[in-house]
Amino acid sequence: MLKDITLGQYFPGNSFIHRLDPRTKLLFIIVYITALFVSKSYVTYGILLLVLAVSIAVSKIRLSAIFKGLKPLMFIMIFTAILNLFYTKGGTELFSFWVFTVTTKGVEFAFFMVLRIMMLISGTFLLTYTTTPMALTDGMELLLTPFKKLHVPVHEFSMMMSIALRFIPTLIEEADKITNAQKARGADFETGKLTDRAKALLPLLVPLFVSAFRRADELAIAMESRCYHGGEGRTRMKKLKMAAPDILTLVFSALMLAVIIILARFGI
Amino acid sequence: MPIIKTEALTHIYSMGSPFESVALENVNIEISQGEFVGLIGHTGSGKSTFVQHLNGLLLPTSGRVLLDGTDINSSKKFRHDARFKVGLVFQYPEYQLFEDTVYRDISFGPRNMKLPKPEIDERVHEAAGFVGVPETLFDKSPLELSGGQKRRVAIAGVIAMRPDILVLDEPTAGLDPEGCESILKNISDYRRTTGATVILVSHSMEDIAKIADRLIVFDGGRTVMDACPEKVFSQADKLRSIGLDVPVATDIAARLRELGVSVPECCYTVEQLRNAVLSLKKGAAEC
Repeated sequence: MLKDITLGQYFPGNSFIHRLDPRTKLLFIIVYITALFVSKSYVTYGILLLVLAVSIAVSKIRLSAIFKGLKPLMFIMIFTAILNLFYTKGGTELFSFWVFTVTTKGVEFAFFMVLRIMMLISGTFLLTYTTTPMALTDGMELLLTPFKKLHVPVHEFSMMMSIALRFIPTLIEEADKITNAQKARGADFETGKLTDRAKALLPLLVPLFVSAFRRADELAIAMESRCYHGGEGRTRMKKLKMAAPDILTLVFSALMLAVIIILARFGI
Repeated sequence: MPIIKTEALTHIYSMGSPFESVALENVNIEISQGEFVGLIGHTGSGKSTFVQHLNGLLLPTSGRVLLDGTDINSSKKFRHDARFKVGLVFQYPEYQLFEDTVYRDISFGPRNMKLPKPEIDERVHEAAGFVGVPETLFDKSPLELSGGQKRRVAIAGVIAMRPDILVLDEPTAGLDPEGCESILKNISDYRRTTGATVILVSHSMEDIAKIADRLIVFDGGRTVMDACPEKVFSQADKLRSIGLDVPVATDIAARLRELGVSVPECCYTVEQLRNAVLSLKKGAAEC
């Protein structure tokens, strides 16, 4: 039941995108999202959609996996579409009822909005599908290193994040086990009034929290006994290295952003 | 009529995904009222998956589970009621304790059965008695107890439902020898007093040799042996080939026979071996 959640799930592979440095991928996705927000026309959206399509094809991630990620956000997308549909003024009026009017501009805007959200999410899913959580947090830590000068605890943040990511599957499995055990004692999680159902969650949540604290305790002791004392002077077993493909990708992303900005400037 | 019967039970996890794996394949087992069955098998052999079918927590991919002759998944209601008939104690059950007092935690099952208050009270006392949880602990928080006591409270929580069939998945894992011994004794006592059917999943050949009347051996999701302990443990090579072992007593008896000492083949507990060796001293070997 809970196992079906895809949350930053990594799909092992050895494609061009899998092999890229996580920093490159992170920077690329930031540039890509910026470009998405700059673009306003069919041409620019087309270019960005093409980039996404090529990336997905190269990564060999199945399209169904991407769509599975989009599914839970369907509601937000529909909601955004409806809002934009009714509240955008301008263009010719298509039809109207009561206080709502739908214009051509509104339809166009809603379409772009949904497309933007879809591409944004697909892009970030592609990132998490092709990068291990560990590589991702490592990449983030290195990218944020300059902020250490401003006394931002970058290392601590990234450690917290990798621990959180590491324990998501463990806790999901644990929650599954506890749910089953309580069901075996006749607990009912599925029927009843909302208040009853909320109360029915107690037998799941209490043991889950207790075990999370126990794990935190054990992990802290394990880390201390291996002499963990924060990021100061800590070396890495796997050093991240930027190679030719990374530089190529970064140059490409800069060019892509430039093209989109210029096109948007000229109103295309 | 067998109290539990599985017909061509098959379970496949994550059907249709790249992570698909067959956990059970065509399992046909009949268990009669009052039997004490031991399930043994290597990690991942399907025994835990199997026991979760017995109270309808997992649905078969194909095949059926019959409880008293009725398909357990024939209706939602029947499946729900089956949970009270088939009491399942999971591995490390102490991690499921959640109430603020021991008493309330043990009474969780009976409360879900919607029993009247006096009956709940009676069952809690009875269940606590079976597993040796003294009443002085009733008002304590389960989290304050020791590991062994927590385990007892958790088992009492299932016994309080008075299940006809008690299924225990590795009830002694992680306990010290004394704790193991006394929990196994509690389980035997429960069975003797109530006449319940008991199914015990265990890694420990020692434990299982001591108390089960019948052993079912799982390997790769199939049942490969189903016989009394003597027969199962006499096939030491086959057991070893699927990553299991025989009890130490059986091993010692086998080596003694290799050395020409005529101990009988049916020794599988230390007790039996001791008697066999002692009677050898007297001249007649039997067990």
